[in-house]
Amino acid sequence: MSPSTAVDDIRIYLDPTNERTTITRSLAERPDSLDGKVVGLLDIIKPRGDVFLDRLETLLNERGLRTLRFRKPTFTKVAPIDLRHEIATKCDVIVEALAD
Amino acid sequence: MGTPLPEGIVAVVKADCPTCRLVTPVLAELRAAGVPLTVFTQDDPSFPDGLDPVDDTDLDLSVALDLDTVPTLIKVEGGEEVDRIVGWSRPAWEKFSGVGTLGDGLPEHRPGCGALNCDPEVIERLAARSSGLRSRRLELARLEDEAEAFFERGWTDGLPVVPPTPARVLRMLEGTTRAADEVVAVVGPDFADCTVEKAAVNAVLAGCRPEYFPVVLAAVEAACTDEFNMHGLLCTTWLTGPVVMVNGPIATEIGMNSGVNVLGQGNRANATIGRALQLIVRNIGGGRPGEIDRATLGGPGKYTFCFAEDEAGSPWEPLSVERGFAPGTSTVTLFAGYGPHGLCDQKSREPESLARSMAWALDAVWHPKLALLTDAVLVVSPEHGRVFREAGWSKARLRERLLELGTKPLSELAAGANGCAEGMNVPAGGGAVVGAFGDAAGGSAGGGLPKFTPDGLLIVHAGGGAGLFSAVIGGWARGAIGSIPVTREVTP
Repeated sequence: MSPSTAVDDIRIYLDPTNERTTITRSLAERPDSLDGKVVGLLDIIKPRGDVFLDRLETLLNERGLRTLRFRKPTFTKVAPIDLRHEIATKCDVIVEALAD
Repeated sequence: MGTPLPEGIVAVVKADCPTCRLVTPVLAELRAAGVPLTVFTQDDPSFPDGLDPVDDTDLDLSVALDLDTVPTLIKVEGGEEVDRIVGWSRPAWEKFSGVGTLGDGLPEHRPGCGALNCDPEVIERLAARSSGLRSRRLELARLEDEAEAFFERGWTDGLPVVPPTPARVLRMLEGTTRAADEVVAVVGPDFADCTVEKAAVNAVLAGCRPEYFPVVLAAVEAACTDEFNMHGLLCTTWLTGPVVMVNGPIATEIGMNSGVNVLGQGNRANATIGRALQLIVRNIGGGRPGEIDRATLGGPGKYTFCFAEDEAGSPWEPLSVERGFAPGTSTVTLFAGYGPHGLCDQKSREPESLARSMAWALDAVWHPKLALLTDAVLVVSPEHGRVFREAGWSKARLRERLLELGTKPLSELAAGANGCAEGMNVPAGGGAVVGAFGDAAGGSAGGGLPKFTPDGLLIVHAGGGAGLFSAVIGGWARGAIGSIPVTREVTP
């Protein structure tokens, strides 16, 4: 019989994925100290997230740190780009109250 | 043809064909007789030996000539085909070539073999090459187990998938008039473009037939709206997934189930349309359990949850009409749901009595002490529907009564009431009640709260003809906080 050929030795399928390559980003550099930093506190509006952030704010303020509060419209969607921009331009670090 | 054919006679052969091997000496005779002969080979580039075969193992020429048999002889004048014969026939070859006494010692006739470009598996490869499909190709060797290969790549929901060959994807694309490169939706959490082609690949994986494909596309469009919020629904720790409810003539045309075991297994359209949507979320959106899908428990509906409303037997207007579409329009309605939760009432023959049973069943969604937090779908079976039909209750009247029956005083709903810490946050000094997600639920300390809003209680008619049972499909976070049901027309 004939030798095999490339055509009938291989089966072809189509990739169902978005074909993206995952990019690994490194974390932003952590400050050695919070002295003089502005700390953002982001409430994603999960129940009792505000309780956690209220307490954290009190403790940070007692240390003389400046805090700014932010709030997502809903925890089920990514933060609006304007909010992300505001946080990035006004704060040095951010604490996000993630879960209930 | 991109380039003109060589003048004279063109012969196309393959080594795997006994007739082609038989006529090799005859081809040599033609060459010796001075016939301008060019031999193309479909498989072995060195066959036939001594005749300087031209390599057509990529089958470009064979496809362009639309060959179905080898050997084929083609007469070429001025670069164009003017005549052709197939197989071996001494008189036909002698007449065709003008050379007498060919093939001494050979049988008079011998049929040819199927041309390689007509081999079913090769057709798929050729179709992929010429189709313009843009998806990345995965090549598997013949001995590789394709089902295992797809599991290994994480392309499945845990069940085996139908291998997405180019031919199958092309057939799926014939189910829609939309262009393969058109973007249907942007699918989170990766926020990646879902083209018609990518949707088709996943519809093949899911096991869809091409005629289901327009329903899949409409479901993807509806799911990926800001209102429905598929991304958030995927991410939630709650156990919901997208529920696809189909209305209009398409449901019957593609054989969807709206009757016996309507919310269960066994119907291909119901099963695979819902599955295709979830595979698109997984493969195109990048939404996988344990990664962005953080469901604490999940539910079997996250494999697939799709059904059609029984419109013909319904006492009421279809869900799609209620939601603003003209009768006879095919639609999908997406609901962020879990369940189903069954309701048994075999004694009520009066609508008021049956409505009370239904209100109790609906009260269990999420938690009996949580109000205005979620939506729900009430699936009314034919035997329960009959009670309302005979009493002349419209769907609106049933809904209104269910909302009344589902309204509870804050003294019952309040966190801590009745020995249970869960419940609504009722301010001690009065003021608006705060919902579980920090939104204002409305109401006041003196009044009560309904379980649902009027637009958050969907009622459909479906199920088998026997059984005084209905079902509740509980929802997720309702409204702008979470998900709003979305209806889209199914278009060709």
